[in-house]
Amino acid sequence: MTDTAVESRREARSAGPAPPLRPQNRQFAVLAVLVLLAIPLPLILPSAQGAVAVRILIFLIMAVGWNIMSGFGGMFSFGHAAYFGLGAYTSAYLLVEHGVSPWVGMAAGMVVAAAVAMVIGYFSFRYDLKGAYFALATFAFAEMLRLVTTSSDAVNGAVGYQVPLIQGSSVWQMQFPAGSPAYFWIALVLAGGAVALSILFRHSPAGRYVVAIRDDELAAASVGAPVMRHKLLTVALSGAITAVAGAFYTQYYLFIDPQLAFGSSVSIEAIVTAVIGGIGTIWGPVVGAVIVGSLADVTATLLATPPEFLSFLQGRSGLDVILYAVMLILIVRLMPKGIFGTLADKFSERRRR
Amino acid sequence: MSLLELSGVDKKFRGLHALSDVEMSVSEGEIVGVIGPNGAGKTTLFNVICGALKPDSGSVRFAGTDVTGRKPETIARRGMVRTFQLMRPFASMTVAENVSLAAQHHTRGAERLRDRAMEVVERVGLEEWAHRPATELPTAGLKRLELARALAARPRVLLLDEVLAGLLPAEREPVLDLLAELREQDGTTLVFIEHIMAAVMRLSDRVLVLDQGAVLATGTPDEVTADPRVIDAYLGEEPTPHADA
Ligand SMILES: Nc1ncnc2c1ncn2[C@@H]1O[C@H](COP(=O)(O)OP(=O)(O)OP(=O)(O)O)[C@@H](O)[C@H]1O
Ligand SMILES: [Mg+2]
Repeated sequence: MTDTAVESRREARSAGPAPPLRPQNRQFAVLAVLVLLAIPLPLILPSAQGAVAVRILIFLIMAVGWNIMSGFGGMFSFGHAAYFGLGAYTSAYLLVEHGVSPWVGMAAGMVVAAAVAMVIGYFSFRYDLKGAYFALATFAFAEMLRLVTTSSDAVNGAVGYQVPLIQGSSVWQMQFPAGSPAYFWIALVLAGGAVALSILFRHSPAGRYVVAIRDDELAAASVGAPVMRHKLLTVALSGAITAVAGAFYTQYYLFIDPQLAFGSSVSIEAIVTAVIGGIGTIWGPVVGAVIVGSLADVTATLLATPPEFLSFLQGRSGLDVILYAVMLILIVRLMPKGIFGTLADKFSERRRR
Repeated sequence: MSLLELSGVDKKFRGLHALSDVEMSVSEGEIVGVIGPNGAGKTTLFNVICGALKPDSGSVRFAGTDVTGRKPETIARRGMVRTFQLMRPFASMTVAENVSLAAQHHTRGAERLRDRAMEVVERVGLEEWAHRPATELPTAGLKRLELARALAARPRVLLLDEVLAGLLPAEREPVLDLLAELREQDGTTLVFIEHIMAAVMRLSDRVLVLDQGAVLATGTPDEVTADPRVIDAYLGEEPTPHADA
């Protein structure tokens, strides 16, 4: 027997146990525990931190949405603000102009975002836009929506929409007194639902096809994976989930305008969150959201009331973007698969030995 | 009646005539070897048959229907499945996951899918690697994975692009036995591109010789190897070992 044969025999023997047949079961269990642990948070945390917690959940939903298309699907989007904004604007428009409940508006926003994602997707895939070209196309589309809403009187132009205030609180109107824990709980249900959907999708036959198509499109097609259909499904799901974040954002902050909805910083936040946590993993967006969401708050506080030695920061803006950039560079250099992705790899390697 | 039939298939890459007026016909249950020098157009032929490339002209018929220019997934689902000469594993998946993905279009349910995949993994002798990342496989393992994945898709016609390349002589035997068994037990029709003449002679009912994109000869292995034109174009010189092998 040759050396390599002996070696490969020895290596193979360390192959380790078969993975669980349904890995999603464990993931659902972890999710349930996380949600249960999070429920009392708004009652424990001081109200300023409660607001940070809601912000984290919004980041989480955005990152889960982005991760489905760009992580699982490998189609790098630089324009998820488009779907966030469509969710925000659809629900705001329906509420302000027609008195439609934000819940219905959110569902409508999901449908609109999914439909738009499929149209953009269809043409991008049809004409084989990939990599940087695809990213540019998504960016251009989000920018276009920003410009169109800014200049369109039908949706209040640059002024945007203010959510009409009601007396007291109403679940149906998704409105509560400022600082109410109900906002957090609603965001928690939405974020938990988004993660659950992403677990379900990842381990479904369709989700496995999507990952195979990402890994090698021709090889996947050659064993019967319907490529176009699965790419469209992926972008639709991704857009719909991201729209949820937009619709909730509008209700929570009671205000939306073209820049907040379609601005490139929204796209960047979705990307940075998922990349820092770990692209293409279930928990990456969760880990990323906790980190990026908290940091966003720290930078905001720093800019508003800087300590003595940083007084030059007073009233400036853009610190968060600089921080994102620094974190991105560090993560890409030190942990290329993101925090969760890298740790999970380390762990599974050790277990196999 | 033939199961797979090509007529007048032509394919040009810019100036290069990769396939010119190729006629080919494969009957159900037949084993056809495809030989020819490097760059003869053998892989291009598979690409055209399986929908990875559209021919400039000519037609590909499979099981009585015209599949010319159809999508690869459509052709695969109808039962014509190919392997890749340059192996293309799904890099994020384990060996077993690679295989189970190919069975997905005809098998539902986690248990049944796993069982089906493991059956195939064992059949090609990769069971010790089943739960390791596919990218950790050595070349010989990747070749087997190509075969396993194609088998898991339940081919009626299996098109193999140099599955023996890169295997040690001792490793070739079980693969050759498996291919023979596929025809006997499963009734699979095989078309295989191969440079190793011993394998071609042993397995093929018929051999098709490609040279510079054109069919130089077809016939039984003995007829073809005795053909002076074939000796001249291909057999005279030692087949060049492959860069990717
Ligand atoms: N996609 C492509 N674009 C341009 N030229 C190509 C393409 N695919 C193949 N060719 C060229 O077509 C010719 C035939 O290539 P092909 O891969 O079919 O040869 P082959 O018979 O499989 O050779 P080998 O024995 O080396 O695998 C070669 O000259 C190759 O460079
Ligand atoms: Mg070839």
